[in-house]
Amino acid sequence: MNAPFFKFGAFNEEISLVIAVLIGVGFGFFLERAGFGNGRKLAAQFYGYDLTVFKVMFSAIVTAMLGLFYLSWIGYVDLSLVYVSPTYLVPQILGGLLLGVGFAIGGYCPGTSCVSAATGRYDGFVYLIGIVFGIFVFGEMFSIMESLYSATPMGSITLPQLFGVSYGMIVMLVVFMAVGGFIFAAWAEKKFAHLRPEEQ
Amino acid sequence: MNSHHDHHAGPPPAPYWNPYTAGIGLGLVLLLAFVVMGRGLGASGAFSSLVATGVSCVAPTHAEQNAFYKEYLGDGKMNPLKDWLVFEVIGVILGGFISGLLAGRIRGKVEKGPRISIKGRLFYAFIGGTIMGFAAKLARGCTSGQALTGGALLSVGSWAFMLCVFAGAYATAYFVRRQWI
Repeated sequence: MNAPFFKFGAFNEEISLVIAVLIGVGFGFFLERAGFGNGRKLAAQFYGYDLTVFKVMFSAIVTAMLGLFYLSWIGYVDLSLVYVSPTYLVPQILGGLLLGVGFAIGGYCPGTSCVSAATGRYDGFVYLIGIVFGIFVFGEMFSIMESLYSATPMGSITLPQLFGVSYGMIVMLVVFMAVGGFIFAAWAEKKFAHLRPEEQ
Repeated sequence: MNSHHDHHAGPPPAPYWNPYTAGIGLGLVLLLAFVVMGRGLGASGAFSSLVATGVSCVAPTHAEQNAFYKEYLGDGKMNPLKDWLVFEVIGVILGGFISGLLAGRIRGKVEKGPRISIKGRLFYAFIGGTIMGFAAKLARGCTSGQALTGGALLSVGSWAFMLCVFAGAYATAYFVRRQWI
């Protein structure tokens, strides 16, 4: 086992911040390449004529998931040292639904609005101000939100643990699901092509 | 000729990449984060650090008494902005700018459908952002930290979250269609 490098003390906190910037540059670069600096392209996902959001997200998930699975299988990465954030099922379901509402109304998520603002889009910049305000509202309401925020804790639990099946089995199912989704996406884009608006 | 772009300076922007090429690139960046750092990507956490720092500057005692801000402020020995996610998001802004610059896509403009005014679109952007910020805190993460990172790590909460994001957005899309199509 050599990885995760940071967990094995390969470098200190200061270096980890330099790495944070470099990884962020890669993240922002590919988001912009995909067209995710454009809220209209992101929102198109929800009208069916351009499913780029689904395609990019699931090809990214499958790539990282398969890479991590194989690197852990050959004994290069200690999977138990990769941080899985704990599950709080009810607030994550409610937060997810609400976040979807914000996504459809505003056209971005936090990461994509950074890229949008960085490429000069005023709507992305205003969206960022909205995010900061929304977090402030949550912070100020925290005393009444706290019980919901901490409801239904399940710890760092993964799908293989939940269903009692092997990690590889879930990995395989996710790959099948994603490929099925990609085929469906190609069909849906043709079916909803008439909704594509004229270029401005 | 070129009437389409005559209000812009310079050549027309390059087309976006194939979604699968961009997605695999994004996945490799995420994999690199797992292998090098033992953690994934994020975005909303950086803004929480920013908000907590701001509140703490204006009203230190108020921030100190709030468990949510406290989580991001830490024990006070270190600057809360000296945080992995804050630096990562600075990188995201840089990376987005570099990609946009190379593709000729840096434009001062508002992205919107043809049937809404610029003012209307900016109003919706603010409302959407506010809902997003609130929701990302309730869910303990956003599309980056939960859907993408937690999705690749097969986290139960992240998959529930991801399905709900799509459900919430599809349920809302019809009501805001004038903004986009």
